[in-house]
Amino acid sequence: MASISILKGREKQIYQKGSQDFDMSCDKKSLAGSISQRACVFCGSRVVLYPIADALHLIHGPIGCASYTWDIRGSLSSGPQLHRMSFSTDLQERDIIFGGEKKLTNALDTLIDQYKPKAAFVYATCIVGLIGDDIDAICKKMSEEKGIPVLPVHSEGFKGTKKDGYKAACDAMANIVGTGSIKDISPLSINIMGEFNIAGEAWVIRDYYERMGLEVVSVFTGDGRVENIKRSHGAALNVVQCSGSMLHLAQHMQEKYGIPYIRVSYFGIEDMSKALYDVAEHFQDIDPEVLPRTQALVREEVKKIHPVLKQYKKKLHGKKAAIYVGGAFKAFSMIKALRTLGMDVVLAGSQTGTKEDYQVLKDMCDDGTVIVDDANPVELSKYSIEKKVSLFVGGVKERPMAFKLGIGFCDHNHERKLSLAGYSGMINFAREVYASVTSPVWQFAPQRNQ
Amino acid sequence: MKTQQKAEYKATSNACKHCSPLGASLVFRGIENTIPLLHGSQGCSTYIRRYLISHYNEPIDIASSNFSEETAVFGGGANLKLAVDNIIQQYHPAMIGVGTTCLSETIGDDVPMILRDYLKNNREENGTVIVPVSTPSYSGTHIDGFHAAVRATVDTVAQKQSSHAAGINFFPGMLSPADHRHFHEIFSDFGVAYNMLPDYSQTLDGPMWTEYHKIPEGGTPVKRIVAMGDAVASIELGRILAETKSAGQLLADKFEIPNHRIGLPIGIKETDVLFDRISEISGKPIPEKYVQERARLIDAYADGHKYVFEARAVVYGEEDLVIGMASFLSEIGIVPALCASGGKSGHLEAKLRQVIDDFDAKQIQVKEGIDFVEIGEIAKKVNPDFLIGNSKGYKIARSMKKPLIRIGFPIHDRMGGARIVHVGYRGAQQLFDTITNTIIANRQDSSPVGYFYM
Ligand code: SF4
Ligand code: SF4
Repeated sequence: MASISILKGREKQIYQKGSQDFDMSCDKKSLAGSISQRACVFCGSRVVLYPIADALHLIHGPIGCASYTWDIRGSLSSGPQLHRMSFSTDLQERDIIFGGEKKLTNALDTLIDQYKPKAAFVYATCIVGLIGDDIDAICKKMSEEKGIPVLPVHSEGFKGTKKDGYKAACDAMANIVGTGSIKDISPLSINIMGEFNIAGEAWVIRDYYERMGLEVVSVFTGDGRVENIKRSHGAALNVVQCSGSMLHLAQHMQEKYGIPYIRVSYFGIEDMSKALYDVAEHFQDIDPEVLPRTQALVREEVKKIHPVLKQYKKKLHGKKAAIYVGGAFKAFSMIKALRTLGMDVVLAGSQTGTKEDYQVLKDMCDDGTVIVDDANPVELSKYSIEKKVSLFVGGVKERPMAFKLGIGFCDHNHERKLSLAGYSGMINFAREVYASVTSPVWQFAPQRNQ
Repeated sequence: MKTQQKAEYKATSNACKHCSPLGASLVFRGIENTIPLLHGSQGCSTYIRRYLISHYNEPIDIASSNFSEETAVFGGGANLKLAVDNIIQQYHPAMIGVGTTCLSETIGDDVPMILRDYLKNNREENGTVIVPVSTPSYSGTHIDGFHAAVRATVDTVAQKQSSHAAGINFFPGMLSPADHRHFHEIFSDFGVAYNMLPDYSQTLDGPMWTEYHKIPEGGTPVKRIVAMGDAVASIELGRILAETKSAGQLLADKFEIPNHRIGLPIGIKETDVLFDRISEISGKPIPEKYVQERARLIDAYADGHKYVFEARAVVYGEEDLVIGMASFLSEIGIVPALCASGGKSGHLEAKLRQVIDDFDAKQIQVKEGIDFVEIGEIAKKVNPDFLIGNSKGYKIARSMKKPLIRIGFPIHDRMGGARIVHVGYRGAQQLFDTITNTIIANRQDSSPVGYFYM
């Protein structure tokens, strides 16, 4: 592996626990020419808003951004399917020269009349930021004309990172929050935030909370409906999942409506249970029965899956895994979940972790574990081979790399069609890991035969 | 007259096309030891990688010069140079293909000049060839980007070195890796020297590795592209390809190499054209193997003709692929009732007329610049027996309860998109069997009797 060198300017984004002082550099722009696995601001906004199923999502710009994001995600809707359409103003040369405002107005006009959405999101992509179309004014005018919220999403790709896209999405949603009636909402009520209903995960989570006796006012944004978002400020608590994609909105709702929030994760038994207990604790003063109900729920669910997990654990014990995901919070949960399966995590990283995230990661990891920020395929494969991993947990872009090297792979991103959240999700995860690691096909991989 | 204006304007709803840098990246992935670099924001190259990966299931490294807000305002020169530096340091490539994005085009970065400047100041790095290509997506689709990259590469690299003309230049266009592999086989069987550009038969459909290969093996060697200036002739696939965008035409203008532009060799008629051309140019007879393949194919046509006769198909995808497929369907008796593409060269109908006999009698609908919502609307009226095109038509097929036969790009809901052979007698044989069997299966499944002997 001598041929692999780490780029100058990236050395401080790679850390091996135990070997040097911890001084991780992160939270910066990807290096030009490094093949970053990161996306752009638009990507962040699109991820967050995508599952709002009764809204129109119009991408203002040349065709690429819309074409590449047409219904690639696994977010399910129990009703309308409008979110799965891909609308674009498909800017052409003359629009670039003369501006795309007229085209945008016309597009909104026709599409809103045709599809009758409950709201419309207009995503500004790179070019739009550059040619300076006044999308705010157009949205405002359209809102008045059509009587629905038409919201600009400032997601010009070059104006930051995916995280800035989360913020832009939250800003857009903040305009709808607080516009609906909050009559009849129970004092034992929550919003589920940062849950995108991949393969129906939000339904699983929602069911848990309801069994605890809580009212779920809105799920941001899984199986999303504009109506629910409008009245979400009536909830007593915001429960924010992982990546921080919704943190900004939770903070906004705390300031404006006084709704407290807590952060949780739904992956793995440990974090799932902790999430439910944390929420139960919050409501203890209003209803002391919530906690015992939660205990019963957790006991029942764990009892169901425990014997099955034990079987998998026997098969997976001592195998090594690598994790490279978007948000660092997910990496924490993954490490715990893999440990539940008896596996050791030897490489962990994220595209967007903060200094504090990496500190937590470092504290969690065993000695020798490599921690990476904003890595590229060259680095990821180098350490995967050196550390002899038999499982890689990541997103689509890492998958072919793993398979090429004869390494099992588990998809853990928004494109998957398998529910991994909650207790039932843990079983799915275990089965998937088991299938990935122990499949007989790897006997033919050249690396294993060396 | 507000309503009238409304009727005129339509947003693109579910596009039947992608953006130009995708096509360019694909070409660069088909050149030996080459890295594609997109000059613009990070998102474009990441999305394109992701998209290509879901079809090819191969690692696809595409670098980005990674614009920030300041770059967008003050220009991308420094970022581009840094990106080239970093790529050379980490990948040691023979070539870097630099495609522009909408963003760098719009701010007006003079990429060729920035690169010249870079090369001037970095003499010691000069082993690396750098090919700039302009690929703004607002003036074309992925297929335009593809052809532009082939042309730019030839323009930068090809040279006339010898007074002896030898070999054939072959530009296969955006087909599958398996198609590219089949072309290799055909040329080798003919025993003629050739330079094929691009060639991702290995780079996008290769074996497993023991360590990460920063750039996968295979692809057209740069020295074969240099040699293109010395060829006896060029053969270029694609009837649509406009003269100005054609690499073959460029070589004709620059080095007086005769250019043969022919259709994609899909089906017997169009494949015959290719074999005849290679034979004419090289003076060698068509190898016996292909004479036999062709004969067996005709025999199969006879065996299956009743099942397919006057079946109706909806065909969509890149314009040239649509033309090739429509030609093939027509020669076996299927009516390509709707021929649709997101591209808009303005030539689709005229070229279809060239390959389809009794075009008018068949009442074929031709649609350029179309999206999938419109394809769906027309398809319902056309009432086809099946649809043929990439995975993106699945929603329409599902809503109509009609089979979709997957060809072209992208195929992300089935295995093996990279291994489909569309071209040659062999490709026609596979397509014929697939289509006929799809129709038979449909009949079988919908029959109240449940025949198992059809
Ligand atoms: S900006 Fe242009 S190049 Fe980038 S993804 Fe959009 S259409 Fe493609
Ligand atoms: S970087 Fe800009 S143009 Fe490229 S995908 Fe993101 S928003 Fe679209």
